Amino acid sequence: MLSIEVHNLQKRFGDLAAVQGVSFGVEEGSIFAFLGPNGAGKTTTIRMLTTLLKPTEGTILLNGVDPVHHEDEARKLFGIVFQDPSIDEELTAYENMDLHGVLYRMSRVLRAERIKQLMNVVELWDRKDEIVKHFSGGMRRRLEIARGLIHHPKILFLDEPTIGLDPQTRNHIWSYVKGLNKEEGITVFLTTHYMEEADRVADYVAVIDHGAIVAQDTPEGLKQKTGVASLEDAFLSLTGKSIREESAGSIDQMRMHARVWRR
Amino acid sequence: MEKITTTGSIIYVLWLRQLKRYARSRARVIGSLGQPLLFLVALGFGFGPVYQKAGGGNYIEFLAPGVIAMGVLFTAMFAGIEIIWDRQFGFLKEMLVAPVSRLTIVIGRTLGGATVATLQGCIVLLLSLVIGFHITHMGSMFLGLLFMFLVAVLFTAFGTAVASMLEDMQGFQLIMNFLVMPTFFLSGALFPIDTAPQFLKLIAAFNPLSYGVDGLRAAFGAGGHFGIPLDLLVLSLATLFLLAVGSYLFSKIEI
Ligand SMILES: Nc1ncnc2c1ncn2[C@@H]1O[C@H](COP(=O)(O)OP(=O)(O)O)[C@@H](O)[C@H]1O
Ligand SMILES: [Mg+2]
Repeated sequence: MLSIEVHNLQKRFGDLAAVQGVSFGVEEGSIFAFLGPNGAGKTTTIRMLTTLLKPTEGTILLNGVDPVHHEDEARKLFGIVFQDPSIDEELTAYENMDLHGVLYRMSRVLRAERIKQLMNVVELWDRKDEIVKHFSGGMRRRLEIARGLIHHPKILFLDEPTIGLDPQTRNHIWSYVKGLNKEEGITVFLTTHYMEEADRVADYVAVIDHGAIVAQDTPEGLKQKTGVASLEDAFLSLTGKSIREESAGSIDQMRMHARVWRR
Repeated sequence: MEKITTTGSIIYVLWLRQLKRYARSRARVIGSLGQPLLFLVALGFGFGPVYQKAGGGNYIEFLAPGVIAMGVLFTAMFAGIEIIWDRQFGFLKEMLVAPVSRLTIVIGRTLGGATVATLQGCIVLLLSLVIGFHITHMGSMFLGLLFMFLVAVLFTAFGTAVASMLEDMQGFQLIMNFLVMPTFFLSGALFPIDTAPQFLKLIAAFNPLSYGVDGLRAAFGAGGHFGIPLDLLVLSLATLFLLAVGSYLFSKIEI
């Protein structure tokens, strides 16, 4: 059975086609890696899958539920770790975790148990009562991940979860996620920049570039197709070696305009 | 026995979140008292003698409910508009993907913001008592609190509705200048509606804050224009309307 079914998904922002007719399926209980260079359209796809953005075209089914028209039902199915920050900085780490648990209607006992367990996994338990404003970038990232895992959803979206974390932490997190996947049959949809991570955890990989899927297969299959030894090389051979700029935030864009004008 | 989390407890945690954020930013509490204090002192003492000579009686008695309403209005709008901050700091995404009805989220936030605004109103009330405001009968305190809370809910919901349509803080100044300031100045907070020219009367009649100011004034014993039952009715209807509009607009947010 398919947990995620996407057909001809498209998203335009004005005249920019960020996602152009993407189709794929994710088998229930599997780990699916969505790989692609910066600006390929990974986050935009996840935003459409998780009710944050309406597709321009195409259909989505999450366990048979259409998130575009049945948002509330779909929201009960998934959990997500966003690429961008989404923590309330004025609250303590524990308060952020607990608020999440309440929003997902978890009982008090289960909340307390899971929060302690996960904050230990990301090594934040002894900092639990500090206001997040005073946390470093890595600590915030770890908190975001822990929070996304509290409620054990049916489908888990992880958008570059481990970016900027040290190898030890990444290891802990991936073994926890793999455990969840094994023991509870949770379907995992992830994006990452670390190819060896994708190679290690994913059952199936799709490579997206310029808003379109250029290949999808098992990691082994991709390596064989492209005739290389590592997933990293397979990725490079599929998407080319040119460097993609991280899409500029509005402030950068303003600075760029300012520069243009001053000349 | 495991207790199931209900919609009530979701509203409670969202309410609590607003209170914690307020309590933890002391600068905000103190900063937002400056303006009401300025109005009380400059207008209250400055215009007091003129008002008295014109036969209006004690101006502070008249002005204080208006300035209390102002404290509530500004804090409530600010609490509603906080959604823009949530958007910029990213927490909005966390709320938007939660399997909670948009109405529940808006109610939780609005009650939280309204509680904060009511507290702020109480602080302004204390300040005005120090400056010379009198409450004629203590029994009316409850009615006064009720009006503060209604004004607070109304304008937090209003702020939420407006902020749901804004992308960033650039629109904020526009809202302050073209919505919040006129709402305050044209509400009868500073001048009696009874004796105002016809066009001002008309504008005030369509301004929901007028009914809040009027209710507060009537509750604290400084007379009234519309009468308490009409005040309560208009404020309640406007609040329900804005809650509905607010949660509709909130449900349309895309990130
Ligand atoms: N809200 C938006 N408005 C305009 N363009 C956007 C918006 N969100 C994303 N984009 C653009 O869509 C493209 C895909 O972005 P994204 O999905 O974030 O890529 P990825 O996650 O693969 O790095 C980029 O060119 C980005 O600038
Ligand atoms: Mg991305």
